[in-house]
Amino acid sequence: MQWETVIGLEVHVQLATRSKIFSGASTAFGAEPNTQACAVDLGLPGTLPVLNEQAVAMAVQFGLAVHSDIAEVSVFDRKNYFYADLPKGYQTSQMYHPIVGPGAVDITLEDGTSKRIRIHHAHLEEDAGKSLHEDFMGMTGIDLNRAGTPLLEIVSEPDMRSAKEAAAYLKAIHSIVTYLGISDGNMAEGSMRCDVNVSVRPQGQEAFGTRAEIKNVNSFRFVERAIAFEVERQIELIEDGGSVVQETRLFDPERDETRSMRTKEEANDYRYFPCPDLLPVVLDEAYLDHLRGQLPELPADKRERFQNELGLSAYDASVLSASREMAEFFEEVHHVCGDAKQAANWVQGELAGALNRENLSITNSPISARQLGELVSRVVDDTINGKAAKQVFQALWNGQGENADEIIDAKGLKQVTDTGAIEAMIDQVIAESPAQVAQYRDAEPDKRGKMIGYFVGQVMKASRGTANPQQVNGVLKAKLDALV
Amino acid sequence: MHDKTLTQLAASLKSGEFSSRELTAHYLQKIEKADGKLNSFITVTGEQALKQAEAADNARAAGDKGLLTGIPLALKDIFCTRDVKTSCGSKMLDNFIAPYDATVVEKLNAAGTISLGKTNMDEFAMGSSNENSHYGPVKNPWDLNAVPGGSSGGSAAAVAAGLVPAAMGTDTGGSIRQPAAFCGITGLKPTYGRVSRYGMIAYASSLDQAGPMARSAEDCAHLMNVIAGHDVRDSTSVARGVPDYTETLNAPLSGLKIGLPKEYFGDGLDPEVESAVREAVKVYESLGATVREVSLPHTHYAIPAYYVIAPAEASSNLSRFDGVRFGHRCKDPVDLIDLYKRSRAEGFGEEVKRRILIGTHTLSEGFFDAYYTKAQKVRRLIRQDFLDAFEDVDVLMGPASPTPAFDLGAKKDPVSMYLQDIYTIAVNLAGIPGISVPAGLAGGRPVGLQILGTHFAEAQLLNVAHQYQQATDWHLQLPAFAEEHA
Repeated sequence: MQWETVIGLEVHVQLATRSKIFSGASTAFGAEPNTQACAVDLGLPGTLPVLNEQAVAMAVQFGLAVHSDIAEVSVFDRKNYFYADLPKGYQTSQMYHPIVGPGAVDITLEDGTSKRIRIHHAHLEEDAGKSLHEDFMGMTGIDLNRAGTPLLEIVSEPDMRSAKEAAAYLKAIHSIVTYLGISDGNMAEGSMRCDVNVSVRPQGQEAFGTRAEIKNVNSFRFVERAIAFEVERQIELIEDGGSVVQETRLFDPERDETRSMRTKEEANDYRYFPCPDLLPVVLDEAYLDHLRGQLPELPADKRERFQNELGLSAYDASVLSASREMAEFFEEVHHVCGDAKQAANWVQGELAGALNRENLSITNSPISARQLGELVSRVVDDTINGKAAKQVFQALWNGQGENADEIIDAKGLKQVTDTGAIEAMIDQVIAESPAQVAQYRDAEPDKRGKMIGYFVGQVMKASRGTANPQQVNGVLKAKLDALV
Repeated sequence: MHDKTLTQLAASLKSGEFSSRELTAHYLQKIEKADGKLNSFITVTGEQALKQAEAADNARAAGDKGLLTGIPLALKDIFCTRDVKTSCGSKMLDNFIAPYDATVVEKLNAAGTISLGKTNMDEFAMGSSNENSHYGPVKNPWDLNAVPGGSSGGSAAAVAAGLVPAAMGTDTGGSIRQPAAFCGITGLKPTYGRVSRYGMIAYASSLDQAGPMARSAEDCAHLMNVIAGHDVRDSTSVARGVPDYTETLNAPLSGLKIGLPKEYFGDGLDPEVESAVREAVKVYESLGATVREVSLPHTHYAIPAYYVIAPAEASSNLSRFDGVRFGHRCKDPVDLIDLYKRSRAEGFGEEVKRRILIGTHTLSEGFFDAYYTKAQKVRRLIRQDFLDAFEDVDVLMGPASPTPAFDLGAKKDPVSMYLQDIYTIAVNLAGIPGISVPAGLAGGRPVGLQILGTHFAEAQLLNVAHQYQQATDWHLQLPAFAEEHA
């Protein structure tokens, strides 16, 4: 039988507010345990939550970016359950009236086609603390620094049909939230976490199969691996005559498998009810307009502009707009050198290659966008040729100079365009290569084009790479042909 | 000194008749002498009070003109106080010392008042007799066999016995007004949102409200001037200007339209209580008010609605008492579940557990709509009843409680206890203010006249109560206990 995979994602995005969603404590990552938990975060008796306006603004910005309906009135609810790192015994969330209503994002698939994934809703909630099970000799330590950090939980419709689509969707969300600057999107630090709902159904069947929710899928790679494993598990189970049970499963990246955490029967009854300590959030059109006016250019718009206004290929536009950092880097290079195509080639070619080799992200690039832009502009204005440019790039990468011009001067890489000088070099090379000249002369005319490469190489070598290759080519051809 | 109202004491402090230190020492002495019989205090902070009093005297000498500077008060043990235990009447918090002051406490401190200590209460404010305290029941100074009412029973008894001129209470379903009535003092429950709840340990967040309990409406007005107002730390507190509540105390009542809800004069109302209340209404007529009967048709749904909503919120509010970070923690837990189960089983009393169970049940999947959602609808109808009534009349009057104070141990089953609050509970559901003023005796025990106004009508209620107290002296009568322990 042919099976179809159905996937929906719940993405938790930590919002980049300076203080927590309901208290004034800092949200900075990595502080000593429990140094960033105030009386409110500890759930001390008598304390009350006060909503962080910035978190609301960020949620709304996300909603506007994915063309959602923003709720005029949204309400915080309490999700009641006991856990050691949940100080109040409930998580303040939005169950019945979320702030962000239905919307959609378009994802680009590997074959270049795009697909629309609908967003069911997104709601604001507070994060819990962390339970630390190591280093306490069989006991558990509680760190409440994270407790109260604002989260935006983005719930998709079950619109994805493959692990690749799910990963592309997650990347699209990542790109939107980082473009908006509402999250640092750092998955390693848990700024973005993902639960995956997976089910399978026979190809052509309309009704959904029973789904499993996989928790703790916290990287783009894990999303694909967890889904791949889970789909295989479910199909095998059904084909062996069994059936999938609705349950929560945990992805174990070390063993590359998912394991059952709890079944539906064991699920908590969270006893949601409206939080009486918080007023409903009422947003008016003027507020939405204000935020709409502040929206930056989003990835989809940028991609389109790169294509239409800068004349980049669809592929280049898509790669260069994928992340805010990449786009900003490219735009700065372009701004400095003035040539979009060259800027795109350098960012995606030499720079991306070097970053890859050293496993660096673009934000950690040893070469700044300005430095690369200056380098590229020297290529554009013919000050140096491509070969020399690569040398300059390497020197900049290694920190051997402040800027391209300095290195060009120091290494004497300035391109030689003086026809007299080039002719002299060519004459010398021809004089020193009688055998090759003879071969050239005796060859069939249509083979000669290839043979000219040897002479070009010799001339370039003689010029230490500084001769203008096009000029060398032209003059050489004329001189050799004159000898025929 | 003990027979003086807070207003009179303030005048004496101003004139230099005695110092705050003398006054504070006097009350501390009375507490020392009499409270063994009443059990109205959980914690007495004598040393700290005397220091505060000296500071107040110095401030006054240096030109501090604060009306309440140097006035001793007591705080229901539900208000968090920095460095002083806040037990909420529970074993669960017998070891809890908050690192912060409640906003009400902060404001009272800033006004120069002195805190003599923390008063006894029903555990987590759940009760109508003060018999649900981990620290033992409080006795009514009018009759040591009678309860003082609850949950602010310690505050009411202490004020009635003259152990302190005024105290702070909280009222979720009648917990200021009913004990005020039982102990023959004046107690005001402000509009929901008028006084900050920050630092007040939550019972039912959408109903809880702090207010003053004192000898007279005028005293309450002075205290309201201090504690009322918006607080950025409490999102449910209302950003609305605060009037000077003393300014309108003497406005004449001619033309005042009084409504008597017929539902407040029906079955179960003690005849002596009824006649005292009707006498009081006559006094108002003599002051120029007109009286008519009105109806609050959903009154009989108030108790059932309350006992869905309040326990639901309580079950969630009290989840934080889990033995992990503060409060009672069981010995040698074997795992997390054991820690929860035993800490909570040992730390909470019976009534608290009952309400947690009720609330947990009503919020459960499959029951939520039938209970909670329905109760919220009823709540809106009850609120509408009052708003409709206030279209026709200025204030409503009736008894604060169907009976005078009952004997300790008299109400054995919880439902008969819940019915005690039949006249007070709807007020919290509607969020409107209410005041109870002494209006006579029934069987030698005080009767409270309850006066209700529309949202933010505290100034009017205080005016209406004050005018009654200008015309009568019920509020000045002291129980024999107060004289004996003078």
